[in-house]
Amino acid sequence: MKKVSKILVLMLAVALAVSATACTVVQRGGNNPEQYSAKSDIKVGFIYIGSTSDKGYTYAHDQGAIYMQKELGLSDDQVIKKENVPEDGACEAAIKELIEAGCKIIFGTSFGYMNYMDELSKEYPDVIFSHCSGFKSNDTNFNNYFGRIYQARYLSGIAAGLKTKTNKIGYVGAYKIPEVVGGCDAFALGVQSVNPKAQVLFVETQTWYNPDLERKAAISLLDKGCDVIAQHQDTAMPQKAAEERGVWGVGYNADMTEEAPKAHLTAPIWNWGVYYKEAVQKVIDGTWKSENYFDGMKEGLVDISPLSANVAEGTQQKIDEARAKIISGEFDVFDGPIKDNTGKERVAKGSRLTDGEITSIDWFVENVKVQ
Amino acid sequence: MGQHDYVISFIFASVLAGVPLLFGTLGEIITEKAGHLNLGVEGMMYMGAICGFVAGYHTQSPFLLLLCSFLGGAAGALVYAFLTVTLFANQNVTGLALTIFGAGFANYIGEALIMKAPNRAAVLSDNITRFFGGIYIPVLSDMPVLGRLVFQYNIFVYFGVLLAILGGIYLNRTRRGLNLRAVGENTAAADAAGIRVVLYKYIHIVTGGGICGLGGAYIAVVICGGTWTNNCVNGLGWIAVALVIFAGWSPYRTILGSFVFGSLDVLRFYIPKDVINIPTAFFAMVPFAVTAAVIVITSIRKSAVNAQPRCIGINYFREER
Repeated sequence: MKKVSKILVLMLAVALAVSATACTVVQRGGNNPEQYSAKSDIKVGFIYIGSTSDKGYTYAHDQGAIYMQKELGLSDDQVIKKENVPEDGACEAAIKELIEAGCKIIFGTSFGYMNYMDELSKEYPDVIFSHCSGFKSNDTNFNNYFGRIYQARYLSGIAAGLKTKTNKIGYVGAYKIPEVVGGCDAFALGVQSVNPKAQVLFVETQTWYNPDLERKAAISLLDKGCDVIAQHQDTAMPQKAAEERGVWGVGYNADMTEEAPKAHLTAPIWNWGVYYKEAVQKVIDGTWKSENYFDGMKEGLVDISPLSANVAEGTQQKIDEARAKIISGEFDVFDGPIKDNTGKERVAKGSRLTDGEITSIDWFVENVKVQ
Repeated sequence: MGQHDYVISFIFASVLAGVPLLFGTLGEIITEKAGHLNLGVEGMMYMGAICGFVAGYHTQSPFLLLLCSFLGGAAGALVYAFLTVTLFANQNVTGLALTIFGAGFANYIGEALIMKAPNRAAVLSDNITRFFGGIYIPVLSDMPVLGRLVFQYNIFVYFGVLLAILGGIYLNRTRRGLNLRAVGENTAAADAAGIRVVLYKYIHIVTGGGICGLGGAYIAVVICGGTWTNNCVNGLGWIAVALVIFAGWSPYRTILGSFVFGSLDVLRFYIPKDVINIPTAFFAMVPFAVTAAVIVITSIRKSAVNAQPRCIGINYFREER
C-alpha cells in the first residue's frame, strides 16, 4: 500500500509540473494584440477538422500553412495549429486558446466552425477570423474563403474522358450538396468536352470520411462497367478499388499516385498557401480588410496534380489548352449552353453562371446519371 | 455487362462486406458464452488492425500479420478480462473504455507510421496485398457462375466460414464447449460442478478478442487495400455487436447473418435508382431495425438455445454464492 501511495504522489507531482509548464506557454503569448505590426511577432492560429496526416483535406490546409510560414519567415511558435477539432463546443474552446496564446488571425478550415467563429468575432473585435467554405462574414473582422476547385475538376474530367474505353466514368460523392454536385458537374463538363459519348455515374455515400463505404461505392460503380473512378471523398479507397480491378482513377485533395500507382491519373488539388500567405501578409502590413475570397486557377489557388504515366496520349496537350483559356478568362467551366440531365436548359448560350449560382448548384449536367 | 453478371457482382460484394462482421461477431459470441458482454469489439478490431499492419509493414510476412493482429485483439481482451473477471469491474463500462482506448491506440501508432512514411502514405508491400487478394484455382475459379460465387474470394472469407463451423462444433459437440456454455448460463452451478470458471472465462474472452482482431486485419489489409487509414474501423465493431443478437448466439447463423448484413450494407449502391428510389439513409438504418425485430421475436419465443446466456453482465463472486 505504501508503494502505491508513493507512486500516486509521484504521478500527481508530474501532472502538476506538466500543467504548470502548459500555463507558462499560454501566458507567454498573452500580450495585447494591438502591438502586433512587425513581421517578427505576429501569431497565426489554425483549426483543423482532421489530422495533418490524413493525406487529404487537412493535409492540404497544413501544407498551405507550412508554405505561408516559410514564405513569410515566421518561426515555429508563431504558427499554432489545433488538430482534430470537432465542430462543437470544442471548437470554441480551441479558438479561445488560440486567442489567449496571442493569435492575431485565426483560420478555421471546416464548415461547421462557422457559427462559433461568427459569435466569437463579435466578442473579440481585435482578432481576425477567417473561415473556409462557409457563407457568413461581417465587414470588420470575419471573412470567408474558398476557391474555384471546379476549374481543376474540369481539367481532371478531360483526363478521365480521354482515358475511358467503356465510356462509363464513376464518381463517388459525399453528399448531394452544391459543393459536391457542382464539382461533379464541372468534372462531367470536362469529360464531355473531349468525349461526348461518355457518361458519368454519380453515387452518394453520405459521408466525407469512411474508407469502407467509399470502397464499396467505388466497387459498385466498377461492377456497373465504369473504368475510371473519380471522387469527392477524403480517403484514397476509391482509387485503390480501381487499381485492384486494373482500371483508372482521379483522386482529390492530394496526389494519390503513391496509394494507387497503377491507377491514378491526376487529382484536383488545393494550394491553400496562396491565400494564407496573402492574408497573413496583409495582417502584418495592417491592410487586411474583411472581403470574401473566392479565387481559382489564375491565382494558383487550385490546380491538378502532375499527370501520372497512366494518362492517355495527348492528355497533357488538351489540358494545357483548357488551362490557358481558363486562366486568360476567355473560357470558364459554366459557360452556356449547358443542359441538365432532365433536358432542361440551365445556362443559355453566351452567358456564364455567377459565383452565387455556382456555389448553389443543385442540378446535374446532361451526361451525369445518378445511381 | 449483363443483368446476370450484375446480380452476381452484388452477391460477391455482399459476401465481402460481411467478412469483418463475421469475425467480430464470432469473437463476441465466444466471449458472451463465457458470461461476459464485451462492448469493446470496435476497440479490439482497431488493436488487431494496427498490430497486424505494423507487423506486416516491417516484416513483409502475411503470417506474422495475421498472428500479430490476433495478439493485438487478444491483448485488448486480456485487459478487459483482468478488469472484469479478476477485479469485478462493470462489464459495460470496461467494454466502452476498451472501444475508446483501441481507437486512440490505433490512430496514435498509425499517425506515427504515416508521418515517417514516404509521401505520408504507409502502404504494405505488394506481396502481402496479393496474398490477401482474391484466390485463383485453375478450372474451379473459371467456372461460369459458380467460379465467381464460390472460388474467387480472398482467404479471409474461407477462413471465416471455417472458423464459424469449428466454433459451432466446439460449442455444441465438445465437452469443453458445453462447459463453457454452463459457465455462461449459470456460473455458480458450473463452479460447483468443478469447472475452473476463472480459467474458462480468461481463455475464451482472450480468444474471442483475438478473433475480433482478425476482423481488424481484414479492414486494414482488404478494405483499406493495405494503406494505413486512421479511423478505419468506423463503427463496424458496433454492427458486429448487433449481429450477435441477430444470429441468436449461434456461430452457424453468424455466417448467414453476416451475409444478410453485408448485403443490406451494399444494397444502397446496387439497387437501380430508376426502379426503386429510396433515400440512401434508409439502408443505413435497416440492419438495426432488423436486429430490433429479432430481439422482439426471440423474447416472445423464449428459445433456450438461441438466447443470451443467462449470466451475462453479472460478475461472479464465488464468496457470494
